[in-house]
Amino acid sequence: MPRRLPWVLLLAVAPLFPLSAQGLRVPYDSLTLANGLQVLVAPDHAVPVVTVNIWYHVGSGDEKPGRTGFAHLFEHIMFMGSQHVPTGEFDKLLEAVGGDNNGSTTEDRTNYFEDAPSNALPLMLWLDSDRQGFLLPEIDSAKVDLQRGVVQNERRQSYENQPYGLAEENILQRLYPPDHPYHWPVIGSMADLSAATLEDVRNFFRSYYTPNNATMVIGGDVDTAAARALAQKYFGDIPRGPAVTRTPPPAFALDSNRVATIEDRVQVPRVYNAWHTVKAFAPDDAALDIVATILATGRASRLYKVLVYEKQIASNVVAFQDGSRIDGKFELFSTARPGHSLPELQRVIDDQIRLLGDSGPTARELERAHNSIEADFLNAMERMGSFGGKADRLNFYNYYVGTPDYFQPDLDRYRRVTAADVQRVARTYLRDAHRVVLSVVPQGKPELAVKEAP
Amino acid sequence: MKLLSAAILLAGQVASPLAAQVDRTKPPALGPAPALRLPTVHTVTLRNGLTLAVVEMHKVPVVEVQVLVDAGTARDPADVPGLAAFTANMLTQGAGRRGALALADEVAYLGAQLTAVSDFDAVTVRLHVPSRHLEAALDLLADVLLRPQFADSEITRQRGLLATTILQQRDQPVAMASIAFPAIVLGPGHPYGHPTAGNDSTPPKLTHDRVISFYQTSYRPNATKILVVGDITLAQAQRLFTARLGGWPRGAVTPFPQGKAQAPASRSFYLIDKPGAAQSVIRIGEPGVARSTPDYATIQVLNTILGGAFTSRLNQNLRETHGYTYGASSGFAARRLPGYFVAAASVVTAKTDSSVIEFMRELRRIRDDSVPQAELDKAKQYITLQLPGAFETTGGAAARFRDVLVYNLPLNWYERFGPAVNAVTAAQVQRAARRYIDPDHFAIVVVGDRAQIEAGIKALNEGPIVYRTMWGQPAQ
Repeated sequence: MPRRLPWVLLLAVAPLFPLSAQGLRVPYDSLTLANGLQVLVAPDHAVPVVTVNIWYHVGSGDEKPGRTGFAHLFEHIMFMGSQHVPTGEFDKLLEAVGGDNNGSTTEDRTNYFEDAPSNALPLMLWLDSDRQGFLLPEIDSAKVDLQRGVVQNERRQSYENQPYGLAEENILQRLYPPDHPYHWPVIGSMADLSAATLEDVRNFFRSYYTPNNATMVIGGDVDTAAARALAQKYFGDIPRGPAVTRTPPPAFALDSNRVATIEDRVQVPRVYNAWHTVKAFAPDDAALDIVATILATGRASRLYKVLVYEKQIASNVVAFQDGSRIDGKFELFSTARPGHSLPELQRVIDDQIRLLGDSGPTARELERAHNSIEADFLNAMERMGSFGGKADRLNFYNYYVGTPDYFQPDLDRYRRVTAADVQRVARTYLRDAHRVVLSVVPQGKPELAVKEAP
Repeated sequence: MKLLSAAILLAGQVASPLAAQVDRTKPPALGPAPALRLPTVHTVTLRNGLTLAVVEMHKVPVVEVQVLVDAGTARDPADVPGLAAFTANMLTQGAGRRGALALADEVAYLGAQLTAVSDFDAVTVRLHVPSRHLEAALDLLADVLLRPQFADSEITRQRGLLATTILQQRDQPVAMASIAFPAIVLGPGHPYGHPTAGNDSTPPKLTHDRVISFYQTSYRPNATKILVVGDITLAQAQRLFTARLGGWPRGAVTPFPQGKAQAPASRSFYLIDKPGAAQSVIRIGEPGVARSTPDYATIQVLNTILGGAFTSRLNQNLRETHGYTYGASSGFAARRLPGYFVAAASVVTAKTDSSVIEFMRELRRIRDDSVPQAELDKAKQYITLQLPGAFETTGGAAARFRDVLVYNLPLNWYERFGPAVNAVTAAQVQRAARRYIDPDHFAIVVVGDRAQIEAGIKALNEGPIVYRTMWGQPAQ
């Protein structure tokens, strides 16, 4: 059910828009209940469907040592019933009115949504308010154990039984220092998942699952006044919790290359490069996205052209700037064709990054990137609910920049990126001797790896 | 901490504490569900036999085009499985006056997506584009469809990439199961019995001549339907497509291939060894029904109860009761020809045998016992009440109308579908279960670590074990 997708990838799949005349707008109305719950109502009557999308401002970055993966395990427990909703009823009641639901966890936040025909709004709010206000009476150790088993199977299915599935956690632990909140993956380790207790669930709930640590978007076929009244009715009597305080992450810089190799059950090797860059919405975040687009998005990109098309030494290449709320990285990977080694690929990667830093993009490349990104924004305006829909993005912008309807300003920051910006950030961030270089090679074939600082 | 802008602080206000008292002890009573408002589909047939179906949706200025060509994988020649998919892929590797890279550059420059893929029943050439770039993008689409270059150098390049893709399927236990299962259940000679990408023997056989010949005999306007959804009118679509595709000459169309599934004579396990696998990938099933079956609505209800929703029996049992898996499901591959029924999950290796027991328990129970009324009602409502939301986006609406066109359903199919679902009874569900789910003839395909799971499977006493490769062939 729950999973995590980097926003960068969502952006690449989902759509946005243009321009000139009207601009991108998602009108909304905002209120904050006395207990601190922020409620945004965004009417859109295109189809008779309503979505409720709640963000709790807690993620894997808030986990304690020895409890990696706990925020995501907790997300699963939120579907196990609450005081007035016996275990299993949450999903049954929603399906019986034509509703779907899901949740996901990232480093920074945990989100939950229900999409259903618009008459079901009171039920959706009844369910969501009951688990916000009255979760613990229904949760016992057996229910924690059950979802622990499900989540451990999620780890097996999505990571351990997937080729290259353990690359990401190997990158994170080398890129971020041990006391940095992004040092470990959202899914966590098997041992830490096994160690989680019912007491951990209680403490986590009381600390983070409070109305004052959440924002709820009600979007779609709703009347604003009615939605506001229902929000007050169902959430108004839930008590405010303690304020969440966080210490800022430690400042750090990678001052040398971290070169590593892991063996995996794979047919062909793959090389990953990861640089410490900037957080989402930092001044250079958009320019780094465009660097990724020019280097590796689609067959028109530079690295695809050289690695896959001309030299035919790789079968794919992927790059993305992954800016999260408090920090960010730029990641690039490429998979070899059979018979080719990773140093061959790495030389091309280094050459092409250097070239972009030396000469910048062509006017055509920059315009093409602008147009693709603009179309992505436009496409994203089609859907209200689910992951990455307009309601989810209102919550995203609200948490990351403090302005829910930030669609047009977000697009504008991409449009403002110049060729000089692209050249500068490629040179500034994607440097030699400041990166993680991870080779994933077939078992018994360490000779295919990149062995030292490129 | 979160940032709050001044604008939001001003907009926000504390709500009145006078709101109604809430009764939390029972779910709130709801008003009636909103009526289904379906977008209208209009069709027109051009003189060369090309069918155009247009669905106007003007909320967002984008257009989704799906060109549906009856040149899909079921039409693969017996000696070159994968030819249809490779030919479709080659359409976008250079067309008109543009080579592969120039074409990709122009598509991205227009903010468009242009892809061509094959499934068993059709090739889909898909264009999604902001409407202000529609005309330029349609020029590219017409090139891809009518003037693919099929350059030797591009065929060689794509053949190499395909060989790598096929090689890498060995790394993915789920992909291995998805290849082996149809080959075992339908037989390798069935039109749906081989993988769309082909197999190990495919790449060297993908010659220029075979690609050209497949394209020339299969891509016909009178075997093509074009679905256009979004910010466009019927008249506009008719003008734009007639100008670009009106001259595409009509040609002979060979009949859709036929095939009879070679179902296993008795229930057996087909074990595909994947040493070191963290999970076992399980696929259980048998030959199934065609999309045209009069039992379609009943089967949808049956499957929703069994494995088609989060609260379905298989998921509740294997995930929410036992924690053996991240998710269990089932489905009917209902296509032009009868496909298959399949129940599926990836389960922790140590619980492979226990998972099979629970699968079998549920697959027998749905036949043996009548479905309780509340469970039946929930499934019917889940299906019918989700319909309105399915038409929110151009892509969502296109996915629904695509079925109408590929399977030759009446244009008002979705108006009829809801009432048909609502009329399904518990007796009909049980009858369909007994007819279409037959445990005596199941193929139980397991991709996992043989050394760890074989003894447990043997001890189940549910059938003999045979050993297969990922292609469904006997393993040595």
